[in-house]
Amino acid sequence: MSEQPIIQIKDLKKVYQVPGGEVVALNGINLTIERGQIYGIIGMSGAGKSTLIRCINKLDTPTEGQVLINGQNVLAMSKADLRQTRRHMAMIFQQFNLLMQKTVARNVRYPLEIAGVPKKQANERVMELLRIVGLEEKANAYPAQLSGGQKQRVAIARALAGDPEVLLCDEATSALDPMTTQSILALLQKINQEMGITVVLITHEMAVIRQICNKVAILDGGKMVEEGSVDDVFMHTKSAAGRRLFGILPEQDEVPPQSAIRIVFDANSAGQPIISQLIKDMDMAINILSADIRQLNGKSFGQMMIARPDDPVEVKKIMDYLRNAGMTVEEVLVS
Amino acid sequence: MTWDKLTPLLWSSMQETLYMTFWSSLISYIIGLPLGVLLVITRRSGIRPAPTFNAVLGVVINFLRSIPFIIMLALLFPVTRAVIGTAIGTKSIVFPLIISAFPYIARMVESSLDEVDQGIIEAAQSMGSNNWQIIWKVLLPEAVPSLVNGAAISITTILAYTAMASAAGGGGLGAVAIVKGLNVRKFDVMYSASLLLVALVQIITVFGGRLTRRLDHKHR
Repeated sequence: MSEQPIIQIKDLKKVYQVPGGEVVALNGINLTIERGQIYGIIGMSGAGKSTLIRCINKLDTPTEGQVLINGQNVLAMSKADLRQTRRHMAMIFQQFNLLMQKTVARNVRYPLEIAGVPKKQANERVMELLRIVGLEEKANAYPAQLSGGQKQRVAIARALAGDPEVLLCDEATSALDPMTTQSILALLQKINQEMGITVVLITHEMAVIRQICNKVAILDGGKMVEEGSVDDVFMHTKSAAGRRLFGILPEQDEVPPQSAIRIVFDANSAGQPIISQLIKDMDMAINILSADIRQLNGKSFGQMMIARPDDPVEVKKIMDYLRNAGMTVEEVLVS
Repeated sequence: MTWDKLTPLLWSSMQETLYMTFWSSLISYIIGLPLGVLLVITRRSGIRPAPTFNAVLGVVINFLRSIPFIIMLALLFPVTRAVIGTAIGTKSIVFPLIISAFPYIARMVESSLDEVDQGIIEAAQSMGSNNWQIIWKVLLPEAVPSLVNGAAISITTILAYTAMASAAGGGGLGAVAIVKGLNVRKFDVMYSASLLLVALVQIITVFGGRLTRRLDHKHR
């Protein structure tokens, strides 16, 4: 049997009627998400990414197009079928959206209650889920007594209760501090790898995409401007929106743009002290403007911006040197 | 009036006041609570949109709310006689009290339910809840502290309305204060009956406030 993609979005369009006209939030989105992927959708605020993820489980109803889950069109389903489909497609939110008047355990039990799972069996499952997210001892606490990261863990446990095939994450880490974001992302990755749950996440932070996603789609002004594997898109960003998200070519602002050389580090290169070698071998001063390199999943990833020398000969020398060392290099403008 | 005469009078009229307040509050909630839920869920942005129904219901409720209780009492005389059997006396007051109070309670319930975060309802929808489950397991339980607080306010309002019962030959502390106090210049009767009414309102308010805080797990 050929593997059917778990989510397929075809020609999706969403138009909001507003006083005095209409706003096109999504304009002809096509994308395919394969089972087991961690698929990231990134864009600036207003790009339409939140509308897009909310169309997947029909929290928002698109104006045109199709959303196929395992080949079934969500938009053409009866209400009862839609409810069944939603039970296998959990969602977590930026604001957690926990039941504030219920304990942590009752929150996690909710999807089991509405599915009619017997109480005893449900309670056992709840404790198992709380163990997975590391919050067993908080079973009888109320959400108001928890930190943001703990609340999101409860939301994740609740999302897992219905044995979902897909987990939709609507800016799930945007309200969290960087440390907590890391631990939530690690948890999402664990869920993906150990339970085989497909994860779709939207974010405005490239770091989130780079840390856990396999594939990424860049949304800009309601259109998908770029899509591909995270490595490819990061190393060879073509779209203006993508370049903005990587910190290249900023939006027109008060700071005049400065010429720079962008050096992309991939898995092979980030181990070696390439910049200090460059300085030694070329005998020139290098002015580093910014650098952002991480070791993740046993893979090194990152980029560095160095000031472009005024002399074009020197620029060529630097670029050739780095290319010979296996780096991806390009001239860019930065702020 | 001496204490040994005043005490049984106040005691029996307090029981009448509590009788009127209890039954009209209870029945008004039986009618007003579902109407409040309907007002919220049938809105255009609600979980079961029915904008025309919502608009009509809103107009009817506003109409009933705009009639002053004392006029409602008089307007309803024939209806009350048909429903209760008589339009005069403590028992018959309960009917016009309900007609005046349930629209008020429907609005109180509506505003309590409005406080429930829309995101929580969306989360429940995303988990595949049906509307019935959202109402019973999300909307109402999440609003409980606010509903209790609203109930305390509604009950004290109904208690104040019972003071006008004397206009239809009803009893209670209000009637005693007016008929056996003010009208016959027995100010000790008027003041003691009024003070008891004040005390009842205080007790309900304080108790309602405490219960609200005890039930609320969101704000602590």
